[in-house]
This record gives sequence, structure tokens and C-alpha cells, in this order.
Amino acid sequence: MIKRSSWSIPYLVFMLVFVVLPLLLIVLYAFQDATGRFTFSNITHFFSDSDSLSTFAVSIEVAIENTLICILLGYPAAWILANQKYNSSAVTVVLFLMPMWINALMRTLATAELFDMLDVPLGKGTLLFGMAYDFLPFMIYPIYNTLKKMDKSYAEAAEDLGAAPWTVFWKITVPLSLPGVMSGVLMVFMPTVSTFAISEFLTNNKIKLFGTIIQENINSSMWNYGAALAFIMLVIIGITTLFQGADQTDAEGGVI
Amino acid sequence: MTKDYIIDIQHLSKSFGDVKVLDDINFYVRQGEFITLLGPSGCGKTTLLRQIAGFVNPDEGRILLDGKDISGIPPHKRPLNTVFQRYALFPHLDVFDNVAFGLKLQKLPSKEIEARVKKMLKMVSMTDYEDRSVDSLSGGQQQRVAIARALVNYPKVLLLDEPLAALDLKMRKDMQLELKEIHRKMGITFIYVTHDQEEALTLSDTIVVMNEGRIQQIGTPTEIYNEPVNSFVADFIGESTILNGTMIRDRRVEFMGHEFDCVDEGFGENVPVDVVVRPEDVIITGSPEGAQFSGVVESCIFKGVHYEMFVDTDKGYELMVQDYDSFEPGTTVGLSINPDDIQVMRKERTCNVLEAEVTGEGLINMLGCEWECRVPEQFKQGDKVLAEVDFGKVDLLDNREDGKLGGEVHFLLYKGDHYHLTILTDDGDHLWVDTDDIWDKGDLVGIDILPEDIKIKSRND
Amino acid sequence: MKKVLAKCYIWLLLAMLYAPLLFIAVFSFTESRVMGSWAGFSLKLYQNLFSGNVSGGTALLSAVENTILIALIAAAFSMVLGTVAAIGIYNLKGRARRTMQFLNNIPMINPDIITGVSLFLLFVFLRFSQGYVTVVLAHITFCTPYVVLSVMPKLSQMNPNIYEAALDLGATPAQALWKVLVPELRPGMISGFMMAFTMSLDDFAVTFFTRGTIGLDTLSTYIYADARKGGLTPELRPLMTLIFLVVLVLLIIINIRATRSKKATE
Repeated sequence: MIKRSSWSIPYLVFMLVFVVLPLLLIVLYAFQDATGRFTFSNITHFFSDSDSLSTFAVSIEVAIENTLICILLGYPAAWILANQKYNSSAVTVVLFLMPMWINALMRTLATAELFDMLDVPLGKGTLLFGMAYDFLPFMIYPIYNTLKKMDKSYAEAAEDLGAAPWTVFWKITVPLSLPGVMSGVLMVFMPTVSTFAISEFLTNNKIKLFGTIIQENINSSMWNYGAALAFIMLVIIGITTLFQGADQTDAEGGVI
Repeated sequence: MTKDYIIDIQHLSKSFGDVKVLDDINFYVRQGEFITLLGPSGCGKTTLLRQIAGFVNPDEGRILLDGKDISGIPPHKRPLNTVFQRYALFPHLDVFDNVAFGLKLQKLPSKEIEARVKKMLKMVSMTDYEDRSVDSLSGGQQQRVAIARALVNYPKVLLLDEPLAALDLKMRKDMQLELKEIHRKMGITFIYVTHDQEEALTLSDTIVVMNEGRIQQIGTPTEIYNEPVNSFVADFIGESTILNGTMIRDRRVEFMGHEFDCVDEGFGENVPVDVVVRPEDVIITGSPEGAQFSGVVESCIFKGVHYEMFVDTDKGYELMVQDYDSFEPGTTVGLSINPDDIQVMRKERTCNVLEAEVTGEGLINMLGCEWECRVPEQFKQGDKVLAEVDFGKVDLLDNREDGKLGGEVHFLLYKGDHYHLTILTDDGDHLWVDTDDIWDKGDLVGIDILPEDIKIKSRND
Repeated sequence: MKKVLAKCYIWLLLAMLYAPLLFIAVFSFTESRVMGSWAGFSLKLYQNLFSGNVSGGTALLSAVENTILIALIAAAFSMVLGTVAAIGIYNLKGRARRTMQFLNNIPMINPDIITGVSLFLLFVFLRFSQGYVTVVLAHITFCTPYVVLSVMPKLSQMNPNIYEAALDLGATPAQALWKVLVPELRPGMISGFMMAFTMSLDDFAVTFFTRGTIGLDTLSTYIYADARKGGLTPELRPLMTLIFLVVLVLLIIINIRATRSKKATE
């Protein structure tokens, strides 16, 4: 009988070429100058360039705000959806996921034009609204999933030990749903930092996010500086994933 | 109400959708008692426990705790605690915080909490595990923590929902002893749910045997084992052979083609009864001389302590016998049963009695479909009647499509020379069938009855 | 009372989520150049879309065609690669398995832009001319992990002996694979395919960085370019409305079927 573990080899090779090597190339280009010599100048340039730094700061700020908004709006929604008492149909859940099937750029542009029609000036407020609108489903779904899968006997045990419903919620439901919140954060925070196009459309180019400057540099053939910016982002991703814990098996990959 | 009933359950009923899971349940629990709700899965015992805990509201009836109705009170206000089936230890809290959960909610001073938690962990032999995460514990250890977490609140009653079901056999036996010990030390009333009859017999002061939402029998372990009131209890508790018999007169019963002395009275004369014989109560000897009847050993298996033998009796019945001595298959042996080892039970029914309606010339409707039969002239179309069908006259077919209607083998009893089956029809009616064929529980069958085997009677008789 | 409040909250959020989509749908029935100014009811945009007479030439329609074709090819390749990989990973143990799972997670954790930039650098580094092929390869890269993730649970649900049983009964490994393994894994493969397909359809950033300069456009890059030029092609409105309706109908059908089969098994 053939050893079926060998079936992972084609994919391993594929990933080495298309996942690992490209990431190494980001590192390589980040530490090279235009002529291919080793240098730290790309990184030092970032930390000395006030424009880049302030874009970075704004991106992080917007991402934190957006993540918080998504949790605040999304957690109650996920809780209601997962609660049999309030919602018995899967259709409502699907309704929350459905906008994801419509082109994100198109939705964003429509949002921007909707603001335009309502005479709302484009800026930070519209950016946050539009972002929340784009990312809310990514927060609701993993939380909904953990809540739905949560063993009901934990809540019952707490109630049995004398906890009133509100206490059960804060002492049992919320702590036990944190893994879902964390994967929601993972699906919202970094993508917010890295968006380009969306922030431009929603603010009429007034607010640039980190993704936009990466894209601008790559598109204007400043590959090394673009790679350096991407490298900085990779470092942040590495740190946030470490915070998430090494256990990635819980992360909800699927969104259907 | 007597004062020493800590829990008194009155006329409790509960349905989930169309299914009646509990049907008019009545029993009481004495202060300090270890009472077990015993029955096969789906008999309603867990639902009953959850009603006492407050997770399920009864449709009808009352639950009194110390004489006060607690039916409307939510679980967190009931002075009862539960040990859950799979423990339900909070995975985000360590052992100490799990046990302290209830005490912290009562806002007790932290010193007292610590003292009580430590005392309780000591009692369940889990000292030094306070800081461990619950995921790192073995099943048995989780079990102990779950018991400590419930008992630390000094509940009036401790409810245990199959607490040992997830443990392996050895561990289960050890925990049984420990539970018994904890019960003795704490003096708290235990209500224990299990489907394991051996566990129930070992632990309980009182056993409540349940089946299909009804209480079958309440009694001490000895009463339940030695004097089962019906064939369900006899079959469910311990090993037994259940046989059809006839009560000839007081203290005299006939079964397996022989007459025996017995100790039962008051059944009447020549009344059909069920007879229970425990395999260890059959006296087996090497020669038929001096014995009540004889038989030929058919098989003999060593069971660790005793031998289990199947014996073909002289009148063609099969009897299970357990003895410390073994007899080779093929040996002719003598068999006897002492009068007080014969348990006689009233038959719940002697034939199928079904509600029917005359729908035309020689046609009736019963069990949800039309049947041909001989309808006596006095009945007209539209009359509501009763139809009687003997157990042996119901035909079971391999394919449910071949029968007039389909059903499922729900319960089966071996009666020495034939099987007595309970069939659940597709519409949820019960039908009882005697057959020589071998079926298994859960088999899907077709059901047919010949026209001449349906006897029509007036409902007034 | 609580129930009413809960329902209100849910429907309010949904109204917010759907407002822009409704906005597009409403303005697909007017001829005006820009959304927000109503120029009377008209089906002209739908007519244009169906007759192919779209303002700005055939660019929009070929972008739609590219999007669907790329998604189909990428999803098909991902499904095969991912299923084979899942079987392989499932049979790995210990560190090898964890490493594979870690690698598999990378494209899912990485934001699109990192995947896009890194693949861009790869193709530059290998001097691979960018176009259709690079876009498809890039899409396979970020789609396959989803297939692996949806096939893995099916593997652990499956009785591990059925493959051996098939061999034992005389099937060749290929037959055992085709007649026993694939039917068992099919639900996971199909949902993996669907996920890959939708991921690919929705992608913007990765396509943007890997399409090169030959003028290849998918719907996303077309919309981006269009918006940067100022003013969206009006025919996008009926197109999006139709896509929305198709998705809605599909999801409703899938859901009804799912609830039915759930009821049937109960």
C-alpha cells in the first residue's frame, strides 16, 4: 500500500514556491537597495519619514477603532443570532453574510455615493462607517460560531450554582466566547490596516491607510521601500498571531 | 404532608411536541435519602431531574421542596445543585475557581470561601489540585471537582445526572464507593440518575424504575430485584427468565409444563400470569432423581465466578441457569426451584385490545388503516368498537412495505420458548406480538393480521 | 419585550448593511450617469447590459468574463490540489503535520496586500511575465487553504478503514480512491470549491498586483480603475443588482435544501 502521507508533497512544494519563497523575497527586497546591495536604509527611512509614520499611526488608530466598533455592534448581534429564544432561523444568519458575496469595492463606492447624496461630508466618520459596514460580517460570524457551538451545560451549571442570567452572561458566556472574538479581531484588524482603495473612496483621498502607501510605492516601482513597508506589516502580523496563541486549529477558516 | 419528605413530586407531566416524556409522575424523597431514577435511555429520567433542577418547566403537576411549591422558581434561586453528565466544569477557570464559583456568587468573605473549598477538595481527595486547569484533569478527577463544586454550597438536595457514565469500569466502581461514602459523611439527600442497574442496586436506598415516561416500580434494591412488579422491571434488573404461566390457585402455579408451589396469593384461580425465575435461583443437580423436572444442558460458559448454562427442559423450554458447578453440554440434569424464588406477576394484558371503528361491510378502521374482518351484525357503519387480536396472531414481515402498516421492534422478551415483542407502529401505537422468529430491537417490520384473527367487541363490555 | 428589542436590533443592522445595495438596485432603473440623481424610470441600463452595448466599450463585459473564468479555473485547481493535500496532511503525524497546517494557515492570515505584493515580487524575481497565468496561480495560492480546511473535517469523520476495506475487496488504489474516498469527501470538496470560487470572485488586491501591464481586468480591478477615472460605468448598477439577485436566490435554495435534509434526518 502506498503511504498516503506522501500526498502532501505536491502541496508542500507548491507552498514553498508560492507562499514561503514570496515572503522571503519581501524580506530580501526590504533589505536591498535598488542596485541589489544589502542595506538598512529602507527601514531607517520609514522611521525617519514623518509622512509614513503618521500614515502608520492613523492606520493603527482606524483599525483599533474599527475593530472596537465591530465588536460592539457585532457581539450583541451574534449573541442574538445564536440564541434559540430570539432567532430560530438560519436565514437571518445568511442575510448577514450575504453582502460578502457582492464585490467589496462596488459596495464601498455605493456607500460613498450614498453619503454624497445625503450630503454627508466624506472623512473619518464615513471611513469608519464604511469600514464597519465592510468588516462587520467577519466579526459576527466567528463569534456566532463559538456561541452556537458552546455547550449549553456551562450556562446551566452556572445557573445551577446560583448565578442570575446577567451573571451567567458576564462570567461564563463572554469568557468562553473570547476565542471567537479573537478570530474576529484577526479577521478585522490587520485587513483594516492593509486596505487600500477603500479608504481612498470613503474619504475622497483625505485619509490614507498603510495599504495605500505600500501600493503606491510598488506601483511607482519603488519595490524595495514597498517591500520594507510590507515587511513591517509582516512583523506586526507575526506579533498579533503570537498573541492569538499558537493554537490556530480553533480559528474559523470557513465563512460559508 | 409528612415533614420528612424533602421533595414531593405530584402528578408531574411533560411533553416535547407530540411526545409525552413524563406521564403523571408521583413520588417523594426522604431527608437524607439516596434515591436513584433508573431506566433505559429515553425513559424520561433526565427530564425529570432537569425539572427538579429547574431547567425544564413541567406542563402539569407540582414539585414541593420542604412542602413549598418550587415549580416557578428559576434554577439559580433553588437551593439544589447538580452534577452534570459531562461535568460541565468551566474551562476558563481553574479547579479552585470552579469550586468557589457558587460561594463567590453568594459574596461570602474570601477566607470562608477558601476554607470551604479546601475542605471540600480534601473530601473528594483533590487537595493540591487547586491551581490546575480543568482540561489537564482525568475524567475521574474532573468528576471529583464537579461533585465538590456542587456540594460546597451545601445544597438541600444534590442532583446527579449519570455522573459516572463517562468513566471506565474500574474507575466507575471506585467512584461508586466514594460517592456512597460522601453521601454518608455529608448527610445530604442525593437524587441520582442512571441507566446502569448494577450501579443503582449498589448505591441506592430507594430505586425508582422508569420506562417510557412512567414509574414502573418504587422500592428498595432488594424489593426491586426480588419482587419485580412486571416483566419490564424483571427484565431490566438483573438477569432473569420470564415465562408465561397460570396461577392454578393460591400458592400453586403452573409454568414450563409443570406445577410448582409458590408463595403468592390473591391472583384468583386459573389466571394467566408472568413468572420470573432468576438464573441463580434454579437448583441444578447431576441426576433428575428427586428434582422437580429435568433437562439437557445445551451450552455452558464460564463467567468468572459462576457458570452460565442454557438448559433445554423436558417440555421444550429454554432456561438460563447459573451455578458454581459446571455441567457438560449434553448432560441430563435435574432442576428445581424453591417456592420463594418464584416471582409471580400479574399480566399487564393477555391480548391486543385496539380501538376501532366500523367503516363498512366487513371493514373496520384501526391503527390508522382499513382491515377486513368479520363484523358481527349488531354493529353498523360508524360504530366505535374494540378489536381483539391474540399476541400470536399478528404476522411480522421482513419488509415493512409488505405489511399493511410498518413498525419497529421496540422491546423484546424471551419467554423460554418464544419471544414476546412490543412493536411501535409508524403512527406511534403499541402492538404486542408472540413469535418464534428472532428479531432484534430496532428492526423495521411489516405488520399484517388475517381477517379471521380480529375479534370485534362492543366498547361497553 | 426582550424579543422585540432583539429583533429590532438585528433588523436595524441588516438595514444598515443593505442600504448601499438597495441604493445600487434603485438607481439601476434610471439612466443618469451618476448614482444619487434620479432621471426617471428606465430599463435602458439593463438593455445596454444584455445587448453588450455598454458605455466604454466591451471592457466591462470582458472583465466579467475574466472574473468568472479565473474563478472557475482557480477553484477547480484548488479543489484537486487541496483535496490531495488534505489526505496527505491527515496522514501526517506530529511536527510534520503541524508544519503543514501552519503553512496552510499563512495565506489565510496574511492580508491580501501582503499576498499580492509577495507574489508580485516572486514573479519579478523569477522574471515571469505577468498576466492571466500569474493571476490564476496567485488565486490558487490563497484559495487552496480553504479547500484543505473544508476537506479535513470530512476525513476525520470518515471511517479510516473504508479505504483499506476497498483494497481488501480487490480494488486497486486508484479505484479505491475514486469509488470510495472521493464520494466520502465530496461534500467537503464541493464546499471547498464554492469557498474558493467566491474568494476568487471577490478578490481585488492580489489580482491588482499580479495581473501585470497587459491590460487584464477582472471586475474588481475594472471598478477600481473606473472609479479612479471618476464616475462608474452606469451599467455596473444593473450588473450588481443581477448578481445580488442570483446570490440571494442561490442562498435561499441552498438553505431550504439544508433545512429540509436536516429535518429528513431527524
